[in-house]
Formats: sequence, structure tokens, C-alpha cells
Amino acid sequence: MKLVSKNFDVPDSHKLAVCEQNGGYTRIRKALEMEPQTIIDEVIAANLRGLGGAGFPAGRKWSFLPKDNPKPRYLVVNADEGEPGTCKDKYIMTNDPHLLLEGIMIASWAINSHTCFIYIRGEYVKQAKILEAAIAEAKAAGYLGDKMFGKDFPLEVVVHRGAGAYICGEETSLLNSLEGKRGWPRLKPPFPAVEGYLACPTIVNNVETISYVPWVIELGGEKFASLGSERNGGMRLYSVSGCVKKPGVYELPLGTNLKDIIFEHAGGLFEGRRLKAVIPGGSSSPVLTPDEIDLPMDFDSLAAAGSMLGSAGIIVLDDTINLVEALAVLARFYAHESCGQCTPCREGTGWMRKILDRIVAEGGRSVDPANLERIAKNIIGNSICPLGEAASLPVIGFAAKFPEEFAEYVARGETAKPSTTAVAAVI
Amino acid sequence: MNNAETTTSKPEFSAAAQEELETIFSRYPDRRSAMLMVLHLAQREFGYISPGVEELVAEVMERPVTEIHGVVTFYTMYNTKPVGKYHIQLCRNISCWIKNAPGLLEYLKSRLGIDVGQTTSDGKFTLSEVECLAHCENAPTMQINDDIICDLTKEKIDRLIDELK
Ligand SMILES: Cc1cc2nc3c(=O)[nH]c(=O)nc-3n(C[C@H](O)[C@H](O)[C@H](O)COP(=O)(O)O)c2cc1C
Repeated sequence: MKLVSKNFDVPDSHKLAVCEQNGGYTRIRKALEMEPQTIIDEVIAANLRGLGGAGFPAGRKWSFLPKDNPKPRYLVVNADEGEPGTCKDKYIMTNDPHLLLEGIMIASWAINSHTCFIYIRGEYVKQAKILEAAIAEAKAAGYLGDKMFGKDFPLEVVVHRGAGAYICGEETSLLNSLEGKRGWPRLKPPFPAVEGYLACPTIVNNVETISYVPWVIELGGEKFASLGSERNGGMRLYSVSGCVKKPGVYELPLGTNLKDIIFEHAGGLFEGRRLKAVIPGGSSSPVLTPDEIDLPMDFDSLAAAGSMLGSAGIIVLDDTINLVEALAVLARFYAHESCGQCTPCREGTGWMRKILDRIVAEGGRSVDPANLERIAKNIIGNSICPLGEAASLPVIGFAAKFPEEFAEYVARGETAKPSTTAVAAVI
Repeated sequence: MNNAETTTSKPEFSAAAQEELETIFSRYPDRRSAMLMVLHLAQREFGYISPGVEELVAEVMERPVTEIHGVVTFYTMYNTKPVGKYHIQLCRNISCWIKNAPGLLEYLKSRLGIDVGQTTSDGKFTLSEVECLAHCENAPTMQINDDIICDLTKEKIDRLIDELK
């Protein structure tokens, strides 16, 4: 069964006529006959979770909009797709931009918003152009603009390009960036639903979350919910990369077993290789050992296993991969992308990077694992946004689950440089 | 592409760019929100964001130039130095790293005879490393100007560079 990926392989599926031949824009017509609150209720019943990473129930977020605020409301679609290992929103925008637009129309009708911004990462030049063309087609057909489908309901959709900053995927940073500022995260509360873009009530949702809304309307909330697992409705796109035979993006129910995704859908490992580790939900999610992957991929199961479903960017690491080096690659990324606003994150990510780079280049010291853990734990809870935690959890996870890999480096470093170790231990 | 550094007078937006600016501003409820899009346009016009271009953008945006500078330096896609005709940006993040991005980086360096952050003496190629380009399923990947190239191999790099040379 396929929902958002149904038309991915249809030739010219990005064109309005082709999309309509394949069921496009039937759900918005149905939604416009429904009361906005009924739509929100269906989305709640569908257990549609936020698929950008945090998994917050979409319908509940929508109902947080203040009822008595006279300011305009905004819908902002998060198309920043920055989490390493995640490449799914690209498929929707490339192959079925009208599905995203239909979702935007339904959501805008449900929350009574007349302006939607699609904040798309700057590198997605091709996808931004496809979206612009789709918007122009929808406008010419009278689906967007002053009167959405002839209703007295104006809706404008604006494509806004980011400019290269992972942090701008974080929703409050994204809003500052959309306002033309440096992409620094904001303190919450107030949450965007109350005070978002230009201090107006704003709903921020991921591309994929919004693209499932037409399917909630088509199937009904209850049916949609039943496709997934408990409290995790429907399906989602899993991005699989790394050491597998068939890396790719696979649409499967929430709660699909991680082992099956890797070994069946993604073709399994290369001949003669052994599984070493799996990062299940984008680079920020704590790593799993091969013993831990017999597990349903939904938000609650991954949380119970001490990791995160996150963006469902599954990164597979086999026995040819050196995990200390892999962690150094991640640490370099977070140090590069920390926005610099909060001291523990700015300094901590820098130190974790320096220590890991030195371990890889010169060997480790016996104090390294404890120091890394101390720095990581000093970031968690002490930064405005979750980037700090995202940078810390991989370090803590790798060090705790693969101590033998670190031990090898420490052994190498201690024999090479006994004096440095003594000094470091004193400090 | 006209190069801001070759003129001593202040850079000016072309007539076509000025028209585009008006379209951009019309899409936002306030002027400041257009900042990133205006900077993208400026970079396309002038090749990179020089101090002179920052001043021009400040004028157009009706904001202080220090603020423009703050924004420009926050985002990696805005070049504050001139870049070659082809800006090659190789992904160095986890999924590409697994697929031998470091080996390809060394190959690119030796093929072009430059280090990361440098431009070939003929002004054709600039080499950079970037973080995840979100094409992890087709790693390793790199970007050349607006295009993303997937499933990179040394042979593919050779073909591309020969074509562009
Ligand atoms: C550092 C960081 C980066 C993020 N990057 C993205 C991103 O690229 N795309 C995205 O949709 N959400 C991203 N998020 C999550 C957003 O903050 C937010 O939860 C999401 O856009 C809400 O939409 P959803 O409820 O539909 O998932 C990121 C969060 C953090 C902390």
C-alpha cells in the first residue's frame, strides 16, 4: 500500500493534469464541504504525528491556535530537510508537489490561514522551481489565489529559500530566518501556535506531515490511524542510507520492524559484512546495537528503547566502519552547525569535536570517554533549542554502547604518548 | 555575471533585478522578511556578497548595514569572497562519509590542484566541503552551482571536470 508515494513513479506526476488524473485535488474539494473543526477532529483521530522529527500530534498542535487573537494566522511548511540521513521530503516536492499543495489548502482551511510559506533549504534549487511552477499552475486553475476553488477564501503560497544552516530546520530558528534575521532559536514558550511569524499565531509543520493530510481526509481519521500502530497513525517515509544494498526512501506503516526495513526493503547488507550499528532516526538519534533493532519503528517504541524515531533517517553501519571516526564526523557537523547563541552548546560542541578529532589523529587518552560524557551532559538541558541535545546524545550513545572501539584508540594513544596522558589526567 | 570588485563605484541592481525585487517584496507582509531572497538575488547578480553589495542590500532593505553583514555571515550559502565559475561543494556528512567522501575529496583536490576553500588559477573551479545535502540515498554527492550530482565515483568526477573545463 502506498499513500504519499503513490504517484512518485508516474511520469510527469509533478504536472497538474497528471496529478488530477491520479486523484489529486479531490480531497480538498471534499474538505471544503466540511467544517474546519471537523477536519481538525479527523486529523486528531488519525493520530497523525509530526514527521519532521519531534512527533507531536498534528491535530493537537492545530487546536492550540488561540481562538480570540485578531492577528492573521500563518501556516509555515518546514522543507529544510537538514537532518543528516534524511532525504524524504525531496521526493514529495520533486514528484508530487500538488499533493503538498493540496495538503496546504486543507490545513489552511482547517486553521483559517490565508498565507502559507514553504521554507525550503537553499540547496533544493530544483525543488523550489518545481514548487513555483506547481503554484503557478494551481493559481491559473483557480485553486489558489483570491478565491480557493471559488470559495470566498483567499490563499497565497510563497516559496522561501533558506541559505545553508541546519539550525534553521528548528521551528523557531526557522521563523527568525523567515523574518530576515540570523537563524537563532527562540525561547519557548511562547510556542509558535501562539506567537510565531511576526508574533502572529503560526503553525509549523513538516512537508511530509502536511502531505498526509489529504489522505486523512480520503480515508477518514479512524482508517488512517489503523494503518499504523497505537497512537502512531498511518504511514511514513523511511530514508535508508549507508551500508545496505538498496538505499532509498520507502513508505511503510508506522511501527514497521526496523530489522525488516533494513534486511527486506533496503536489501540487507553487502555480502560477507556484519552489522555493527544503526542510527534509526537521523544523525541526532542515539545509536542502536545489532541486538536492539528488532523493534517497531514508531515514536513511542523508539523512545522506550532509549532512542528516537525522529525523521526516520536510518543510517546503517557495518563492520567496515570505524565508529570512533563516524562519531568524529557527526561531532564536526554539530560543531559547525551550532548557532553560537548558547554557551554550553557553542563551546561544548567545539570541545567534543576537538577531542574526537585528536583521538582519531593521535590516539586517545584514558580520560577521553569520561570527558566527552561530561561535556555532553553539560549541554543537555542548558541550551535554548534541542540542537545541543542532538549533538550530545550520539556522543553519549556511541561511547556507552561501543566502549571497545574507544578502548582501542586509548590503548594506541597511551603507548604513543604517556606523558600527555599524565598531564591530561591531572587537569 | 558582473563582478563587484572590478568597479570602484557602488554596485547597482540591473533593471531586471529591480523588477524581481519588487515581486519579492510583494510576497511578504513586511519588507524585512524578504532578506534571504534579496541576498540570493544579489549573489546571483554580483557573484558574491562584497561589502559594497552589503551596502546596496542595506539600502534596498532599509536596514542597517551591520545587520545585513550579520545575516550574510550566518548562512553558509552566501559567499563573501569571489568563487570560480563552477563552485564544487562535496558533502562530508555521515552517509557520504560512509561511501568514501574523504577519498573523493583527495581526488578532487589533486585533479584540480587546489585545496578546500581555494579557486583554480583560471578562475574556473572553487572547491568546498559542505554538510548534508539530503541526497543520502544516493551518496556520495556533491553540488556544482545549482545542480546536485549523486552516486559519485572518480570516473564521474573526471567526466564532469573534463566537460566543464
Ligand atoms: C536542530 C533541529 C533541526 C530540525 N530540522 C528540521 C528539518 O530539517 N525539517 C523539519 O521538518 N523539522 C526539523 N526540526 C523539527 C522542527 O523544530 C519542528 O518540530 C517541525 O518542523 C514541526 O513539524 P511537524 O510537527 O510536522 O514535524 C528540527 C529540529 C531541531 C531541533
